[in-house]
Amino acid sequence: MAKEKKTLNLNFGPQHPAAHGVLRLILQLDGEVVEKADPHIGLLHRGTEKLIENKTYIQAVPYFDRLDYVAPMNQEHAFALAIEKILKIEVPARAKYIRVIFCEIGRILSHILNVTTQAMDVGALTPTLWGFEEREKLMGFYERVSGSRLHANYFRAGGVHKDLPSGLDNDIDEFCEKFPKIIDDLETLLTDNRIFKQRNVDIGIVSKQDALDYSFSGVMLRGSGVAWDLRRSQPYDCYDDLEFKIPVGKNGDCYDRYLCRIEEMRESVKIIKQCLKNIPKGPIKTDDGKISPPPKKELKQSMEALIHHFKLFTEGYRVEKDEIYTAVEAPKGEFGVYLISDGSSKPYKCKIRAPGFTHLQAMDYLIKGHMLADVPAVLGSMDIVFGEVDR
Amino acid sequence: MKNLEDLEKFINSELTSKINNSFIKHNNIYITIDHDELIDVISFLKTNKETKFRQLIEITAVDYPQNENRFKIVYLLLSHEYNQRIIVDYSIKENDVISSITSIFPAANWMEREVFDMYGLNFKNHPDLRRILTDYGFEGHPLRKDFPLTGHNEVRYSEEQKKVIYEPVKLEQNYRNFDYESPWEGTKYIKEIKKS
Repeated sequence: MAKEKKTLNLNFGPQHPAAHGVLRLILQLDGEVVEKADPHIGLLHRGTEKLIENKTYIQAVPYFDRLDYVAPMNQEHAFALAIEKILKIEVPARAKYIRVIFCEIGRILSHILNVTTQAMDVGALTPTLWGFEEREKLMGFYERVSGSRLHANYFRAGGVHKDLPSGLDNDIDEFCEKFPKIIDDLETLLTDNRIFKQRNVDIGIVSKQDALDYSFSGVMLRGSGVAWDLRRSQPYDCYDDLEFKIPVGKNGDCYDRYLCRIEEMRESVKIIKQCLKNIPKGPIKTDDGKISPPPKKELKQSMEALIHHFKLFTEGYRVEKDEIYTAVEAPKGEFGVYLISDGSSKPYKCKIRAPGFTHLQAMDYLIKGHMLADVPAVLGSMDIVFGEVDR
Repeated sequence: MKNLEDLEKFINSELTSKINNSFIKHNNIYITIDHDELIDVISFLKTNKETKFRQLIEITAVDYPQNENRFKIVYLLLSHEYNQRIIVDYSIKENDVISSITSIFPAANWMEREVFDMYGLNFKNHPDLRRILTDYGFEGHPLRKDFPLTGHNEVRYSEEQKKVIYEPVKLEQNYRNFDYESPWEGTKYIKEIKKS
């Protein structure tokens, strides 16, 4: 007797611990096999782009922290670079190094979170506990330099807000000495772990061509064997002077992406060490008084400084009419800002290109034919953060 | 082609009649085309051996309410082989229908849905044109310049009805948009007073 085929619709989320945020996934199941996945996003939509159009350029920076909130400074970087290119601002060397140090710290922050939560999604709890201890230390560095652990608001067009407080460079250096050991420890728990491999090897395979067609970037692209990293191919700030390798995967499955992330963390540590070694002394933001606010002590003595301070924090600086796209290699992939300025002190249009948006789009393609239990594994390896997907 | 200038010349000579304007700025090529040529231009850029713009980075729109062709649609493409970026744009009227490029780039699907959601522009031949970022049952198109920043409706939990309800936005205090432009250069309101 022929069995009647029955498909089951399953509503995954919007509140589900393995969804990494507020994702509503409508799954069509045939038994345990997924036939179709329809992600409903936008549950965390805050209208960031609309808000930025109504704020001055300085006021827009904090919104970038709230996109990919596990690596906030990487986002600010793209926005700062866009303004700098339009206004042709020369950024002091020290500022470039500081920015790269904190971008790499952001990369480690994001990768620790992703690797360990992916492990948790497939059943391993220990890596999360170990990894989050390290994240706490890194967020401590964020706090010491910017005043807040998460929403830093630290990068400015033309440099950074403040210089490193004394002793911070030594502490970051000390962290870099110890951290590779922690990565080794994480690897002993996961890399050869039978259960972890069973859940990740050959799951969610992306071919080279599909990775290109679906606009993948970052680890999703490199995991499939495309050697492409904006830090290398379109270098910004001081990445040109640094030596680092770009790990590339072979099979394009969840396991390769995990390995890429582990290796990237090691490379980030190397980059930070090089930066700390070579960082020059000097100013940390441009000395153009029309763009960066004057030091506080001048406010009491210099009339010009007072005027500049007042104008910068009321009207803001103006950005001449232009249209530009700048992208940085954020931990999750290519994060870009498409900025249209109209000569006023507010952006006319600021489109944010979030890597997670295009990755999540491919959910249906990735999960088709897999088992229901693979959904969290694939979702975890895509490194989705809803702050940036929904904007 | 590795050289940006050569690449621009090559694209211009191959697509002569289809390109209205092209220039190089910030290390990118910017080209303006006619809406009707979209599919041809995009598939040429993707498949030609000398261009190989094989990745679609983003699709977005820009609203200029004062223009007759109100919306500018922008496509950002990237070539990994030659390490080049190109920005393709064209302008359309509010009611024009855009050809979808999902058949060339599957990644265009959600990007076009976002443009549809945020700007209310329609796409033909799109497999699944639904709203994407806004709430279920949302009305209006938030990124249009004439859409108010505060929106039209707000959401709250009603203790009486024991459910989440939608109400028109009620602000305790009017939204204040101060004019901080430099008085030395003449602010808008002074110019308006002078005119009248």
